[in-house]
Amino acid sequence: MTLRGVRSAGWGVTATAFLLLALLLWSVVYPNAAVIVGSFERGFADWKAFAASPADLDALRGTVIVSVGSVIAALLVGVPLAFLLTRTEFRGRRVLSGVATLPAALPPLVGVLAFLFLYGESGVVTRVVQRMLGMREPPWTLTGLTAVIFVHAYTMYVYVFLFVSAGLERYDTTLDEAATGLGASRALLLRRITLPLLTPSLAGAMLLVFMSALGSFSAPYVFGGGARVLATQILVSKLNGALGLAYVETTVLAVTAVLALLLLRRLEGRRRYAMAGKGRITRSTLRSPTARALLPAFAAATVILLVLPHAMVVLVSFARDGAWTTQLLPPEYTLDNYRKLAMERELWRPITNSVWMSVLATAANAVVCFAIAYVVVLSQAPGRRMLALLAALPWAIPATAIALGLAATFDRNAPFQLRFLLVGTFWILPLAYFIRNIPIVTSAIEGSLRQMDPTLEDAARGLGASRWLALRRVVLPAARPGLVAGTMLAAVAAVGEFVASVVLYTHANRPISVEILAQVRALSFGTGAAYSVLLIVLVLLITVGARWLEGRVAQGERAINAA
Amino acid sequence: MTDTRDAVLHAAPGALVLEHVTRRYPGNTDPAVDDLSLTVAPGELLALVGASGSGKTTTLRIAAGYETPDAGRVLLGDGNAAPRDITREPPQRRGFGMVFQHYALFPHMRVEENVAFGLEARGVRKGDRLTRARIALDAVGLGDKAARPVQALSGGEQQRVALARALVIQPRVLLLDEPLSNLDPTLRQSMRDELRATLRQSGVTALFVTHDQEDAFAVADRVAMLERGKLLQVGAPESLYHAPATRAVAEFVGRAALVPAERAGENVRITIDGVALEARARQQGGAGGPALLAVLRPESLVLAEDERTPAWRGEVVGRRFAGGHVVYRVKLGNAIEVEVMGDGAGAREGARTGVRLAGVSVATVPA
Repeated sequence: MTLRGVRSAGWGVTATAFLLLALLLWSVVYPNAAVIVGSFERGFADWKAFAASPADLDALRGTVIVSVGSVIAALLVGVPLAFLLTRTEFRGRRVLSGVATLPAALPPLVGVLAFLFLYGESGVVTRVVQRMLGMREPPWTLTGLTAVIFVHAYTMYVYVFLFVSAGLERYDTTLDEAATGLGASRALLLRRITLPLLTPSLAGAMLLVFMSALGSFSAPYVFGGGARVLATQILVSKLNGALGLAYVETTVLAVTAVLALLLLRRLEGRRRYAMAGKGRITRSTLRSPTARALLPAFAAATVILLVLPHAMVVLVSFARDGAWTTQLLPPEYTLDNYRKLAMERELWRPITNSVWMSVLATAANAVVCFAIAYVVVLSQAPGRRMLALLAALPWAIPATAIALGLAATFDRNAPFQLRFLLVGTFWILPLAYFIRNIPIVTSAIEGSLRQMDPTLEDAARGLGASRWLALRRVVLPAARPGLVAGTMLAAVAAVGEFVASVVLYTHANRPISVEILAQVRALSFGTGAAYSVLLIVLVLLITVGARWLEGRVAQGERAINAA
Repeated sequence: MTDTRDAVLHAAPGALVLEHVTRRYPGNTDPAVDDLSLTVAPGELLALVGASGSGKTTTLRIAAGYETPDAGRVLLGDGNAAPRDITREPPQRRGFGMVFQHYALFPHMRVEENVAFGLEARGVRKGDRLTRARIALDAVGLGDKAARPVQALSGGEQQRVALARALVIQPRVLLLDEPLSNLDPTLRQSMRDELRATLRQSGVTALFVTHDQEDAFAVADRVAMLERGKLLQVGAPESLYHAPATRAVAEFVGRAALVPAERAGENVRITIDGVALEARARQQGGAGGPALLAVLRPESLVLAEDERTPAWRGEVVGRRFAGGHVVYRVKLGNAIEVEVMGDGAGAREGARTGVRLAGVSVATVPA
């Protein structure tokens, strides 16, 4: 029996647990159930329409191709890069390590925009290649599923890179030595030892890429061209007024996501081993002189490739709107784009909107998710397993599906059905952000609380502290690293959120991402890029702010410990 | 199946020769291994001992091929032709077996798959390699655990799996890195004997690294002692104990008090507090340098309770029961402390006593 099991839940904790359960049932389960129920509102008619519609089957096929293709592409980029950076030493390694995670710092829509500026039909890189080869037509068109997978490879390889790097850092390299000592060739070593032992990391990363690609909206929306995926098809159906069909599409997408989640989770859990020795990073230089000579050049090229999207967005943000047509680079530069944003109230509004909605949603996440994590990790309250499951659920449901669920549920005032009119109001977006970020904030806090010795709280209570005092002085400090990290990630996600926003926004509460799309649609590239730069700056501010906060508290603790 | 235990495990042992090997790590001024030359004869069990940082693990890794020396050569002989230079040959081509300190068993494989892996790398068919793996496991007493996951095994069992895995490929040389250091003390005692027996039976040439002199003495035919990358002395355990070449060897091997002494013909003369006693010198001839230290082991001294025989006077400051005898710690003059073997009948802590030489020969080392 663990010490954790000794404690019985007090009535206060039990009441809190039920309150949280009710909240999640209302905000997470109810809307999605409404979507599923809605898909059967006309019996099986909408399902039959779905099965008979070539566009929908095309979208389903496209979704599967994009998801699987993105996983393969992200693996092809992320795995070799992780091996290269953790296992070998070469000139330029530190710089490359420094920028390897840069694509993750681009808000989804901004990354897509940067690719449009670089590799689109009239993009800089496209034109450079076209001129070098003396071609009349652009060498490629960035449309269709291949383009979507290409963009995903850039933004999502980071998950693979981070997971595999972390796996390699824990990896016991004497296992490789043992295998080579026993005569294993490189191929056998990789096939029989290294990759099987990295399975948990690989499965975790593949899951993340698959889920992100499955729900991905921005890239197919902008680059899809004639190709369809479910996430965008849902919006099309909704805008066409075919709500029943939209519900069917949403249900199919959500069910696919949950199935993929269950499948990959099994793979991830089955192959987890404790490494006997201590992980030890030994970077070796390559033996082949050719490879040694080429590596720094390869590193330099990769660094440029990774930095280019950011640089391009910054450059375009200074371009005069409408002046960039057939030239290689924007011909005229100005500060007007920024000046306009600051001076015109209507243009500044999306920024205040995004900041406010992000603050509200994140504050709610901090309070609710801390309570969930506390009940799940440190209490014996009934229903806590259910609570943990519900808190993880939004992660498995693509954002478009969540948004459509909210739209379907909160479109009228019917208090007895627990429905309130939120669609068309300011509050619908913060609610969507809040729901989307429940899993990440909760799991971050849970992680911190699991590291806490559970007897500490008992010790505090035994010394006469009230539950409240123990919570404030013992549990909260233990939860702090996860709380800071989780809310930081939530704030970053909320401030640049696009997928749920584009389904639910109104003109009054439109966030930055929606405004960027509107500007690009109106061919005001400079203004769109200026918004993007401001968004990147906001993300940076949040990240730096969180680090500063964490550092200051840690410093304070050190000072106390030293005294 | 015609495989017998001998056919599976009996290796054709090779001779391993290190010639003037030096290895310097970048950023370190002192080399980790410094001009080291060493020969392990076919079928010989040689232990490399030394404190941590003495360069023994680096030496082993150079022998295995995981490190390349900056200078010197590694040679492999098979007894017939001239030895072959393998200095730059990668580990997978050397055909050596290695037992790692933490065993490095593949955690995702069953016990028999672990043992069979080296055969898999050699292209042996699945059925064949599993049969041979089972024979190797039988030889280390783990035949009944072949199908278990390795993580279900105890430390001692894992050590034996690692040994079976290294032996089943019939290595020309077996290298072992601190193979006993992960075991608890009781198990360690019995594993020493078992390890020596298994290695002897397979007839393999083995080089093994340990920081524990008792491990080295129990398992090895010869012991090589390293200090700061240099080879201090190599020889049978007895010769290192009874005739240490240097002060460092004398201090590392067994218990000894090193006391200033001088040569007097065939004898060593030791003077403490004005009382001079003599014993036969172990090393004959060669008056040596001007300054000498006598190596006084507990068994080369006895307590002298009576006041008449000439003895050094001192105070008993400690006593320790050591199985068949008792070892006294006695503080003599000039801040010299010696250990004296006795029967436990006499002195208690705090008592005054005399100490004299037991009449056996005494080794000396340069001061």
